[in-house]
Amino acid sequence: MGRRIINRRPGKGSALFWGALPFLAVLVLYVVFSALRLAENPGDKLLPAFSTIADTVHRLAFTADARSGNVLLWTDTAASLTRLGLGLLLSTALGLILGIGTGLIPYVRAGLSPFIAVLSLIPPMAILPILFIVFGLDELSKVVLIVIGIAPFLVRDLALRVEAIPAELVIKAQTLGAGTWQIITRLVLPTVWPKLLDAVRLSLGPAWLFLISAEAIAAQDGLGYRIFLVRRYLAMDVILPYVTWITLLAFCMDWALRAMNRRLCPWLARGAS
Amino acid sequence: MSRVSIDNLWMEYGDQVVLERICLDIPSGEFCAMVGPSGCGKTTLLRLLLSMEQPTRGGIRIDGQPLAAEPRPDRGVVFQRYSAYPHLTVQENVVLGLEFARAPLLGKLWGAKKRQALDEVRHVIDAVGLDQARDKYPAELSGGMQQRLSIAQALVRKPRILLMDEPFGALDPGTKAQMHDLVRALWRAERMTVFMVTHDIKEGFDLSTRVLAFDKVRHDPDAPQAYGATITLNLPLDDKPERAEILNQAQAPPGSERGAAEGLGH
Ligand SMILES: Nc1ncnc2c1ncn2[C@@H]1O[C@H](COP(=O)(O)OP(=O)(O)O)[C@@H](O)[C@H]1O
Ligand SMILES: [Mg+2]
Repeated sequence: MGRRIINRRPGKGSALFWGALPFLAVLVLYVVFSALRLAENPGDKLLPAFSTIADTVHRLAFTADARSGNVLLWTDTAASLTRLGLGLLLSTALGLILGIGTGLIPYVRAGLSPFIAVLSLIPPMAILPILFIVFGLDELSKVVLIVIGIAPFLVRDLALRVEAIPAELVIKAQTLGAGTWQIITRLVLPTVWPKLLDAVRLSLGPAWLFLISAEAIAAQDGLGYRIFLVRRYLAMDVILPYVTWITLLAFCMDWALRAMNRRLCPWLARGAS
Repeated sequence: MSRVSIDNLWMEYGDQVVLERICLDIPSGEFCAMVGPSGCGKTTLLRLLLSMEQPTRGGIRIDGQPLAAEPRPDRGVVFQRYSAYPHLTVQENVVLGLEFARAPLLGKLWGAKKRQALDEVRHVIDAVGLDQARDKYPAELSGGMQQRLSIAQALVRKPRILLMDEPFGALDPGTKAQMHDLVRALWRAERMTVFMVTHDIKEGFDLSTRVLAFDKVRHDPDAPQAYGATITLNLPLDDKPERAEILNQAQAPPGSERGAAEGLGH
């Protein structure tokens, strides 16, 4: 009798193969359909050939734009990453301060948690016009959109994590003479820090969503701006590499956060949960 | 000194009475074992002694003074679970109490001060037999080692009263016997008043100098929550030699109670 399928596990090499399979499948499908469409109509723009894409990438990433004198991919990337980084940084700081406050201090919880619960129900995109009116059309409104979009989640997630710390540990710290601030620095921060990084990782998707939406609506540069700009010309040869690039950036950020977690919290690798 | 007096204490959650008419007078240095059926409020009394909660009636006094309204270093605790901090190594867990006392701002010492503090707690770590495991995280320790760590951690601030909630409930008999020797030695050396909840009656009689049994004496079949448990047996074990010593000290003039036995060497 063979084992049940839930008990059969791929080996290392086999896992690599199965992991690569969907990527290869998409790639092959793309090449086939692109070739078919181009054979029918050489001017087809929907699925450009890889050679066309390579030419475009070369133009975007390695040669200066005739009009602005900038290398477009890099200026766009710098602009987008600055907005995203600022938004994430501010949200993380807010999440940490307000999350620990509401999770640990009953008076802060009483004062803030209903407000944050309501705030987190407002669809951020619905108030984007307000942000544009209040903060103007430039950088600030985009950063604020990211913050409004993800900070309430981070605050609530962190607050839950703080509340989930076993009461015994907090009591024990008090019997060891710890004050509130010492409990925060020695118990709460180290406990929730890895959870915070995980929550930020989960927020990366929404953060990109809000960033690209804001850039699509009002911006002079940025990855989202470029994609929506060239959409008019059906320039799939620009859009596809940009999307791939954004995905790669998101992947690297996710990976970096995970590596940071392992680095900063050695006890996680040594059996603690 | 730490004489614990409890005067007609009641604890109610809503209309559920958990404890009623609890009266106790425990001389300083006594080792009290608390036994009774599950759910009768032993942990609740421990939580009250720790000021995790306030009684609904009556009060607790230590040496005549009302108990502080929140947990303080004068009362150490060893819980059955969640004993040590998972993100700190053994020696960091133990030194934590000193760091809280000496680094008011961040609760963390560095450099020479940290080394000195670690030196000071070394003998406590040795005393509980964790010298080989100094740099391990709690998750890397066995259950018995984790409880020893928790005891060492609690002792660093030299509590006058040590509260333990089924500290050895999850241990195998061999480890349990080792832990008994350890706890007995530390209790004699530190001259603490100890309250230990246990399910194991034999353990209670072996270790303690006084056994407190909890149970409900009044029952209302229509409203099981209407009456709480009380102390049905308060039995000083007068045949224990330690007990005579404790009573002698209780009568001796203040200041002479230390020094009779060698402390942990602080
Ligand atoms: N916070 C609480 N709210 C309501 N009831 C509680 C609370 N804590 C304990 N109890 C009740 O008090 C009773 C005694 O609990 P406990 O002290 O844990 O018992 P023991 O430790 O003797 O097994 C139980 O019936 C429990 O349901
Ligand atoms: Mg209990």
